[in-house]
Amino acid sequence: MSGGVDESRRRFLHVGLCASGALLVGFGHARAQSLPLAPELIGDDLTQLSPFVLIERDNRVVIGARGCETGQGVITSLPMLIAEELDVDWSRVRVTQLPYGYIENNGQPGNRYGNQSSDGHRTIPLAWKELREAGAATRALLVAAAARVWSLPAAELQTASGHVVAADGRRLRYGTLARTAASLPAPVTPRALKDPDAFHIIGKPTRTTDAHNIVTGRTRYGSDEYLSGMLFAVILRCPTLGGALESCDESAARKVVGVRDIVRIEGNSADAALDGPLAAGIAVIADNTWAAIEGRRALVPAWTPGPWPEESTALLSARAHALLDAGTDGISVHSEGDMPGSRRRARLKLNARYEVPFLAHAPMETPGALIEIRQDSALLIASLQDPDGASRIISEMTGLPRTVLEIRLPRSGGSFGRRLRNDFVAEAVLVAKASAKPVKLLWLREDDIAHDFYRPFGVHALAATLDRNNRVAGWSHRCAATPRNNRNAAIADDPIWKGCMQPDDFPTGLVAHLEKTFFALESGMPRDGWQAPMPAFDAFAVQCFIDEIAFATRRDPVQLRLEMLGEPRELANAPDASTAFDTARMAQVLRVCAEKIRWSSRRTDGHGLGIACHYTSGGYVAHAFEIAMQGEKLKIHRAVCVVDVGRVINPLGLEAQLIGGTIDGISSALNLAITVKDGRVQQRNFPDYRLLPMAQAPAAVEVHAIESSRDPVDADELGIASVAPALANAIFATTTVRIRKLPLMPELLRML
Amino acid sequence: MNGKPASVQRMHDDATIPPRNTLIAIATEETSMQDDPATPESAASPAEVALDPGTLQLGINGKPYFHRGDPSMPLLWYLRDTLRLTGTKYGCGIGACGACTVLIDGKAAHACETPMLAAAGRQVTTIEGLQGEVLHPVQQAWIEEDVVNCGFCQAGQIMAAVDLLQRKPAPVESDLTAIGNLCRCGSYPRIRRAILRAAELIRTSNR
Repeated sequence: MSGGVDESRRRFLHVGLCASGALLVGFGHARAQSLPLAPELIGDDLTQLSPFVLIERDNRVVIGARGCETGQGVITSLPMLIAEELDVDWSRVRVTQLPYGYIENNGQPGNRYGNQSSDGHRTIPLAWKELREAGAATRALLVAAAARVWSLPAAELQTASGHVVAADGRRLRYGTLARTAASLPAPVTPRALKDPDAFHIIGKPTRTTDAHNIVTGRTRYGSDEYLSGMLFAVILRCPTLGGALESCDESAARKVVGVRDIVRIEGNSADAALDGPLAAGIAVIADNTWAAIEGRRALVPAWTPGPWPEESTALLSARAHALLDAGTDGISVHSEGDMPGSRRRARLKLNARYEVPFLAHAPMETPGALIEIRQDSALLIASLQDPDGASRIISEMTGLPRTVLEIRLPRSGGSFGRRLRNDFVAEAVLVAKASAKPVKLLWLREDDIAHDFYRPFGVHALAATLDRNNRVAGWSHRCAATPRNNRNAAIADDPIWKGCMQPDDFPTGLVAHLEKTFFALESGMPRDGWQAPMPAFDAFAVQCFIDEIAFATRRDPVQLRLEMLGEPRELANAPDASTAFDTARMAQVLRVCAEKIRWSSRRTDGHGLGIACHYTSGGYVAHAFEIAMQGEKLKIHRAVCVVDVGRVINPLGLEAQLIGGTIDGISSALNLAITVKDGRVQQRNFPDYRLLPMAQAPAAVEVHAIESSRDPVDADELGIASVAPALANAIFATTTVRIRKLPLMPELLRML
Repeated sequence: MNGKPASVQRMHDDATIPPRNTLIAIATEETSMQDDPATPESAASPAEVALDPGTLQLGINGKPYFHRGDPSMPLLWYLRDTLRLTGTKYGCGIGACGACTVLIDGKAAHACETPMLAAAGRQVTTIEGLQGEVLHPVQQAWIEEDVVNCGFCQAGQIMAAVDLLQRKPAPVESDLTAIGNLCRCGSYPRIRRAILRAAELIRTSNR
């Protein structure tokens, strides 16, 4: 960025989080961090108008993308929001990724760009407000600049396609106005936002903005970065849960050409929070990745088993069922009405138990970090999802204040919740401190599969009471699970059931009598959120059970769901979102989904249909599948996904998220499980954690978004939860085999 | 596994190790910290000297390179750490995911399972070397069908698709499903569409 503009005359849109968490958008004199420029733009005559916007004299616009791009499309969708309100043509916009924007306001931590974490449910709602306002405020500056040039009142001026337009038809390019605009006093009040009818970017199918760099191999992901004088590290981690290193013969490893050093990494004690490294290990530091891997292979370690040497999936399952059988020691999560009375009065009582396994995130790009720790500053380049956490960890471990930490946010090769934890950053800090050089830590796939924060394991026990009209009068959901909340300082004060049960999840508010009870299952497996952490954990049980009730009472599963949803109304306190749960929106996605899969038409081809719906973080989703068995192979002939996410920002991006979510849902529902035996994870790499290949995926996922003018919500986790139950329901329709345990395929092959 | 790209085993079988003592152009000693690591060793300026025993020669994206390090180092790490051609990705290290797919003598192969010794004497094409003056039709189709989610596997997917379309200019269903490259984001439906579109682009450009 250059242009010879006097820095002191610039005014920057000042964005920071105040203590209450509300975003302040105003103009201040604080020197905003300059936008990082794409190499081809360096030397161009660009003027920075806000932390998010640079304008060139030839009217090209550079917009900063603030989110962590892990595949959810925020590098495209968030800049679209700014460009819309800035009123520029998308074809003139170049997007550049912003770094982490930590600042301190009066000693309070803040971020000049607002929220940069991608946690799956806040990204779009926050951006919808903040980034449109940022775009509108920048546009107001350009209008004010034109008003000064023409000596006209700003109120008489309009904008179109990167120009300010006067009533008499005169036009000035933003590029011409940029320098004047940068010198003007800032608007203090939020600008009026566009009437949605005038949107010309929001709602238009828009391709991934950096696709060209990706398909030519130019994009640098976190693991693709290098620094001068750096070393490479891999870590051999203790294979048993919570185990420690007893001794290690390093002699052969040290002889490997290129190996520089070998460093021991302490693990956590059994009761300490897992906020640092996840496991005890031995880091091999070398001149290149291959030498580090070869050095690691030559290590001869002796491990002491941890406090969970007996832990196994079979034992966990048995203990979960025993807890549910005994029924004591449960923690009440929620209750309404009189469930015991409902049991006594019931004409029919139904029970079923469903088991869901541990799951690994397995992002295509394994965890890792490149870090350089200097005397008075540090640089981190890594594929991240929670840069706030990374910044805190580095500061705590190095003693450097957070203001001197530079954190770049390259594109990530997926995350799915894995990078919400920064254990790999902590490891990289330890290795870099030991080697006193910049270090790039790489996790091998074997590390990633066997050392994750897994989606919890659990058994759901569902019971329903039906009255004489076969209406569902009472609903009991008891869950015995390894709590998601484990050894995690950030959520230590949360209730133990959080992340495994939701008090206000379906069918709360829809049945007269309700009880939800949680039984904590002790385990040494590290756990945390996976994709759609809560819905993907319980939707299988809840949505299969509804089909079981429908079958037992000879009713249509779609009709039963609609009956339970009842009259169109809003129920307060929808889970995981500030919005209410709207029964009409849920009913609509279900109806449309049934229609698209041709639910009511009679089939004679042996294909079976299954359907399910779920509410995830403010979005409403229904899935339906048409499947057939071909010998021992399950063939998905059609996959339909209907969503209501409010207003659609980028239809092409939304479709990509829902295709992806649906396929992730199929992949995990059919085949994926992490199992533990003798205190160690049994899976090691893709051959035993079999992600769905193209051959098993449906040729197409038919995605339909309900048209809506409501505020948009995140869609990256939306497409997953209702897949497993819809598939299980379709398998029942096809084979009459009811599967109550995930993953489905091993159970199906066992039962057929 | 079905549709696995040309296996390393086969490449070992017909590998032609470059003849020793051949007089060829050779440049400066290879280091892992070159300022411009992706610059090939110039064939023009250096004197012609005898190739050291143990030096492996290979072509990458049409240019000659010489490897004097560990002959068992997989091509993947030579491309990435030595040449900084980072478009080829590490995904599993055991040839199970295809994120490291490159073309060796025009055929898809897993760079993570190809030792430098097996790559010697061969022509390697990586994602960076795929385009000529304009994008390769497969790359073009990938953009037009907006295939990318996280994008990490896509270089490998593209190389696998290039390989497929060379063998099967009009691919049918079983050809598409024979591609074993994994996509964790689940972009398969768009990958299919992009391959079919690329086939169409190639057909029309050949007309």
